[in-house]
Amino acid sequence: MKVKVLSRNASDYVRETSQDIHKIKRNFDPSLHPFEKAREYTRALNAVKLERLFAKPFVGALSGHVDGVYCMAKHPLKLTTIVSGSGDGELRIWNLSEQTATWNISGHKGIVRGVCCSPTKSDFYYSCGTDKTVKIWNPNELSDEPINTFIGKSAFSAIDHHRSDLIFATSGSQVDIWDENRSNPIKSFTWGADTIHAVKFNQIESNILGSCGTDRSITLHDLRMNSPLAKLILQMKTNAISWNPMEAFNFTAANEDHNCYTFDMRKMDCALNVLKGHVSAVLDLDYSPTGEEIVTGAYDRTLRIFHSRKGHSRDIYHTKRMQRIFCVKFSMDSKYVLSGSDDGNVRLWKANASEKIGPKDYRERAHLEYAEKLKDRYKNLPELKRISRHRHIPKAVKTAQNTKLIMLQSQRRKEENLRKHSKKDSIPYKAERKKSIIGVAK
Amino acid sequence: KLIMKDSLLEARISKYVRPTGGKLGPKQLKKIKNRKLKGTLERVENYSQEAAHKAASHELLLIEEPGYLEAEGIEKTFNITQNKLKEQLDENSAKKIFDLKLTNFGPYSLDYTRNGRHMVIGGRKGHLITRDWLENKPGCEIHVKETVRDVKWLHNELFFAAAQKKYVFIYDHNGLEIHRLKKHIEVNKLEFLPYHFLLVSVGNAGWLKYQDTSTGKLVAELRTKLGGCDTMVQNPWNAIINLGHANGTVTLWSPNMSAPLVKMLTHRGPVKAISVDHTGNYMATSGLDGRLKLWDIRTYKPLQEYFTRTPASSLSISQLGLLGVGWGPHITVWKDAFRIKQKSPYMNHLQPGTQIQDIQFCPYEDALGFGHSYGVSSILIPGSGEPNFDSLEANPYQTKKQRQEAEVHSLLDKIQPEMIMLDPTFIGNIDRTSKEIQEKERKEQEEEERAGEGKWEPRNKARGKNSSLRRYLRKKQKNVIDERRMKITRIEQERKANKKRQKETDNKPPTALD
Repeated sequence: MKVKVLSRNASDYVRETSQDIHKIKRNFDPSLHPFEKAREYTRALNAVKLERLFAKPFVGALSGHVDGVYCMAKHPLKLTTIVSGSGDGELRIWNLSEQTATWNISGHKGIVRGVCCSPTKSDFYYSCGTDKTVKIWNPNELSDEPINTFIGKSAFSAIDHHRSDLIFATSGSQVDIWDENRSNPIKSFTWGADTIHAVKFNQIESNILGSCGTDRSITLHDLRMNSPLAKLILQMKTNAISWNPMEAFNFTAANEDHNCYTFDMRKMDCALNVLKGHVSAVLDLDYSPTGEEIVTGAYDRTLRIFHSRKGHSRDIYHTKRMQRIFCVKFSMDSKYVLSGSDDGNVRLWKANASEKIGPKDYRERAHLEYAEKLKDRYKNLPELKRISRHRHIPKAVKTAQNTKLIMLQSQRRKEENLRKHSKKDSIPYKAERKKSIIGVAK
Repeated sequence: KLIMKDSLLEARISKYVRPTGGKLGPKQLKKIKNRKLKGTLERVENYSQEAAHKAASHELLLIEEPGYLEAEGIEKTFNITQNKLKEQLDENSAKKIFDLKLTNFGPYSLDYTRNGRHMVIGGRKGHLITRDWLENKPGCEIHVKETVRDVKWLHNELFFAAAQKKYVFIYDHNGLEIHRLKKHIEVNKLEFLPYHFLLVSVGNAGWLKYQDTSTGKLVAELRTKLGGCDTMVQNPWNAIINLGHANGTVTLWSPNMSAPLVKMLTHRGPVKAISVDHTGNYMATSGLDGRLKLWDIRTYKPLQEYFTRTPASSLSISQLGLLGVGWGPHITVWKDAFRIKQKSPYMNHLQPGTQIQDIQFCPYEDALGFGHSYGVSSILIPGSGEPNFDSLEANPYQTKKQRQEAEVHSLLDKIQPEMIMLDPTFIGNIDRTSKEIQEKERKEQEEEERAGEGKWEPRNKARGKNSSLRRYLRKKQKNVIDERRMKITRIEQERKANKKRQKETDNKPPTALD
């Protein structure tokens, strides 16, 4: 007879010395691993609960400004440098890793309305204010004087620098394009007689810039042309725009009607996406360098982080001490978010609230990735959804949300009733992405 | 052997592909109009195919092969005795055939831990022994001086439960009594659900009780209403408990329902023994009518029927699908008995002068341990154990540190008893009940939550908004105008007029009390 019986050699399964790692044998036969889904679901539930447990996004507050912080700019080449301008004309440059101010100057006589950095000259910082001046500063110089001053005809409201040329744009009563070597603007764009309060250069298509005016418009200009490109009018005023750093033709506008609208520059008659969540006017927004996430700051004292393609916020940050947020920035490593508010502090937050900061070894990373995938797989189950969505929200915001919901519901109900009692198709449905667009002019 | 042939790989991939219920085939994918959804689903399909491919090609790394026994010439495998087998084997394997002669303390029941390394044996007259049978190291030995009807390991070799005369006791690996479970009364059979940490017991009173051994909570107490029960086995694939009753029925229980999920009429007399295979496909039952029936437990249909000369007192199905039957002093092992009706068994063993009480195949080993009236023995059945174990599930070679970490991991992954269902893959599936039924269930749940509040009754106020007059007026027959009602409305109006007149006569400013 031929016989073979299972006889294991212990040396195949036990480690030789205590300095070795243990020998792990795997067999992926599904019959040896029963209850796959139940165990995965339990692990997903635990992962979601731990995520909420470790969600501590606040890193630190940079205080030093006496008046509120109304504008901020991040340095395109240095990861830890932020420049902020406040209401009493003070400019400060911060080092984020030390959380201290490295340089400050009382640069303007009124509010500093805009600050920016130059991508080509890494030591130069530009600021503009209501005292009709644009000043260029170099913190390495010992004197308290700016390197250069440009005087304009009216108060300036925003400033932005071109990606590669020595050109910067300011906005006030019109959009001015300045060359650093000339004391007068080389070009001016106007369309309509109202003030422009925001201007942003596209960092990929570097000749395009977008501006927001008080006549509820967003105007796009091209430096190579003498007249503006296109004008988009929404129902309410846009407070800020930000260009997507990955998709050259997409930009997002932060609107007074509590929403942010993403548009494709080439086809502005329909928004690509509407980001809803805030209960008060959205004052500033910024894209993450990956182009996947957007951080917005609103007048309701909260900061929200959205995924660019989804409609509702992934996370909301708030503190009792943080008052109205006027400027937000996403850090260039997409791990942190900064908010400047009118209590005079610039606050540093983690972009992913429960992420561990610092180097993680391979096994930890693998486990975290596994946890993420598990949460993603079971995210639609009610228990998990409830836990992952749960956030503590300040009472004012909560009541405002409820009120808004009731109002929207009643509006919808009334519209439906009107539709039911009138001739069929006489009241057409308006797409949500087109609702607030009044018109596009070319 | 290093590069797997494509055809072999194809056959093995099907083992690793998780069934989607026919809902995600290429035809269904083509029908989807939404391009984003289609792209996502196609990507998911590709990932799962890739995973199945990788798992199948991982089989190259499995180092052990299953055992076999082939007869040559005119000899038959069922004629080969253990002694003849012993001559052909190496020393290591020959050590696995042993006899423990324990004559005084009655028929023995036994249990193996999940990794097959330790065994606990319990004699009817109160003798409890644990030992590491692979290394031949004794664990503990105690005499509890009262009837012990069943023994069962808990989640690892540190704890075991013994169903004693009145209650169930839990002991440490040193033999120290840790718990007395006074809710489990006169228990005949114990089972342990390892992924749920539930100790299940059934006894003479006919109550099925589930106890969580990690939190200590009694999860469910179910009345079987079919009298005392002494046959219980768990279905390792879906954690459902199968009970065999004296009226010939086998009932399937889950802790979430107070009635059995399924009732099957299996035998014409009491059911003596049941066993379920670890994939949850097949069940073997034997009754006092001398029949041995094999069932497909997914469809509840009978597959085969065998006949044993004496009613089989114990059944066990090994990891590779071998069916072991203990009847009288004999043990018969059948190979591949479920798919085709076999004409002759695989192996036979006779333990003369004893009655076989309890047989168990050892997991991950080719051994069959059995307890009989004069002790415990172990025999070798080549080809019964799964050759390649997964260290992260059950590791016979685990060190103390690995055991401690495995305990923590399994506690973290402990599945809640609410998830025990006939189909364990239901989690994450869409609830296809109609909207009306879901609304009704939600209302019922809300009512249950509000049950304590009591029905609203209006307060008995003498005057004011809710006075007796007003209450009367509010009652049902509002629309009936009769003399009484007219009289009451007149009184109400007079009262109002009086009040108004009084207000006009007093020139005081109106207060909140008016």
